[in-house]
Amino acid sequence: MAAVIETQGLTRRYGRFTAVDVLTFQVQEGDVFGFLGPNGAGKTTTLLMLLGLTEPTSGSARVLGFDPVRQPLEIKRQVGYLPENVGFYDELTARENLDYVARLNQLPAGVADRNIATALGQVGLTEVGNKRVGQFSRGMRQRLGLAELLIKDPKLIFLDEPTLGLDPDGINKILDLILSLSRDRGITVVLSSHLLDQVQRTCSRIGIMMKGRMVATGTIGELARRKSGPDEAGETLEQIYMRYFQEA
Amino acid sequence: MWTIFRKELSDHFTSTRFLITFALILMVAAVTTYTAATNLRQALEGVAKPSHVFLLLFTTSGQLFSLAQFNAFFGPLIGIILGFDAINRERNDNTLSKLISQPIFRDAVINGKFLAGVTTIALMLSSMVLLITGLGLLSVGVVPGGDEAGRLAVYLFVSIAYVSFWMGLAILFSILFRSLATSALAAVALWIFFSFFIGFAASLVAGAIAPVDNPRDPRQVVANRNAEDAASLASPVVLYSQATSTILDPFRRTRQNLTMVGPMERFSMERFRNPLPLDQSILVVVPYLTLMIGLTVVCFGLSYVIFMRQEVRST
Ligand SMILES: Nc1ncnc2c1ncn2[C@@H]1O[C@H](COP(=O)(O)OP(=O)(O)OP(=O)(O)O)[C@@H](O)[C@H]1O
Ligand SMILES: [Mg+2]
Repeated sequence: MAAVIETQGLTRRYGRFTAVDVLTFQVQEGDVFGFLGPNGAGKTTTLLMLLGLTEPTSGSARVLGFDPVRQPLEIKRQVGYLPENVGFYDELTARENLDYVARLNQLPAGVADRNIATALGQVGLTEVGNKRVGQFSRGMRQRLGLAELLIKDPKLIFLDEPTLGLDPDGINKILDLILSLSRDRGITVVLSSHLLDQVQRTCSRIGIMMKGRMVATGTIGELARRKSGPDEAGETLEQIYMRYFQEA
Repeated sequence: MWTIFRKELSDHFTSTRFLITFALILMVAAVTTYTAATNLRQALEGVAKPSHVFLLLFTTSGQLFSLAQFNAFFGPLIGIILGFDAINRERNDNTLSKLISQPIFRDAVINGKFLAGVTTIALMLSSMVLLITGLGLLSVGVVPGGDEAGRLAVYLFVSIAYVSFWMGLAILFSILFRSLATSALAAVALWIFFSFFIGFAASLVAGAIAPVDNPRDPRQVVANRNAEDAASLASPVVLYSQATSTILDPFRRTRQNLTMVGPMERFSMERFRNPLPLDQSILVVVPYLTLMIGLTVVCFGLSYVIFMRQEVRST
């Protein structure tokens, strides 16, 4: 298994404030990596640096073998990023929005049409594909955001709080979709979320970030053993997380 | 970049506010041309061999103002309307972070928007000039000669540069300010300042650098006057008005006010009232045009540099 993401002492400062502090971690191919941490821990900032949208103050990273600072285009071609709040052109239809993204990715017209149809089907928006996005509900927008990632056939996707503001059924559907993407299409997923039971259900490995530092990475079992000894392996992610949180 | 360019262009042409502005401009152009033409017809009665009649359509005032004045005054508004929300709307709608996480160079965003804006302006102004030409043909029956057509082309070009400058300024503000209202207001404030208060500001500046202690000393008065003229050139509105009046009015010999011209000079001007040839007129205009394009490039360059360094995160 190859490392899809690798960082070396990645650091980002805003003035005197250090948002990401000498971060070193790896994500392996095929992982569904749960990226945890309290508000302001630096998760979004890390994702931005991995995509080449923000320059690190120091340190380096490799994503799919490319350097985000020097080769951001190569990374963006193969990596889908769903920001915390997805935005769309409200006056365009769902299909037109996807079409624009397909053209920005320079997909050939035939491929684009096929991918758009498939993606809309996967997120269950085929019926409303020709509706203006301005009329979409929050959950529909979130699903459209996922569809937008899928049309470029990514190797790796970053999902920043993808279930924010969804109803329980919507959450389940999105999580199922994420799992099927990982299982059937071999897409590596990095998922940041505050909903720990969801993370526990979906993620194969976890990274916990506090105040700009990665305090632990591993499977849930590994984290539990490391923190509380072998007999506590049955602990929920929530209990483990709280221990790390109280320690920090 | 062409993808963005095409989307922006179609956005412009389908947006209500563009259509309203466009309709308004064509309407004003039509009405002004019509009244100017009516006035012209009366004025030309009995004139044996009028020359450059066609250009008079632009410089004769109808009810209130001439078309050239109208463009100098409202051109900026078109630019501002096209540019003031270019970047900050996408930022507020969180589409900007989506846009730049696609495999495109970041500058493609700003280049595409700029180019789409300039194209829109060019189409708008060209169709306006065409409309006026048509109306002129119908109502006065004048056909623009080769010289006049050349002048019109130059006028069109200078106008496009002028409106593009204002669009560039508005785009710059849309990068600097997060709020749509702030960027629109900032641009409008500058527009009003440069249109109405520049004369006042220029005379203040002139008073400071070339004070007139003795109003009877002609040298002092002239120096003050020159300083004032130079200072008012800081306003793109003044730059544009001067450039276009030279191009549209071939009889204009000097950029100075008539008060500055001595009696002998005035006499000779009247005596040899021949039009300044087109190439000479262009020579007079070139410095203004260069300045205006320079200003636009400065706006674009600043926008470019600031935008490239800005961090974009969705909030
Ligand atoms: N442009 C900026 N200037 C100054 N500080 C910033 C800037 N952007 C982010 N920060 C700070 O960096 C820290 C990390 O922010 P980040 O958005 O990465 O957190 P996060 O882990 O994604 O939090 P959340 O769970 O709330 O999304 C925060 O404390 C934030 O205030
Ligand atoms: Mg975040």
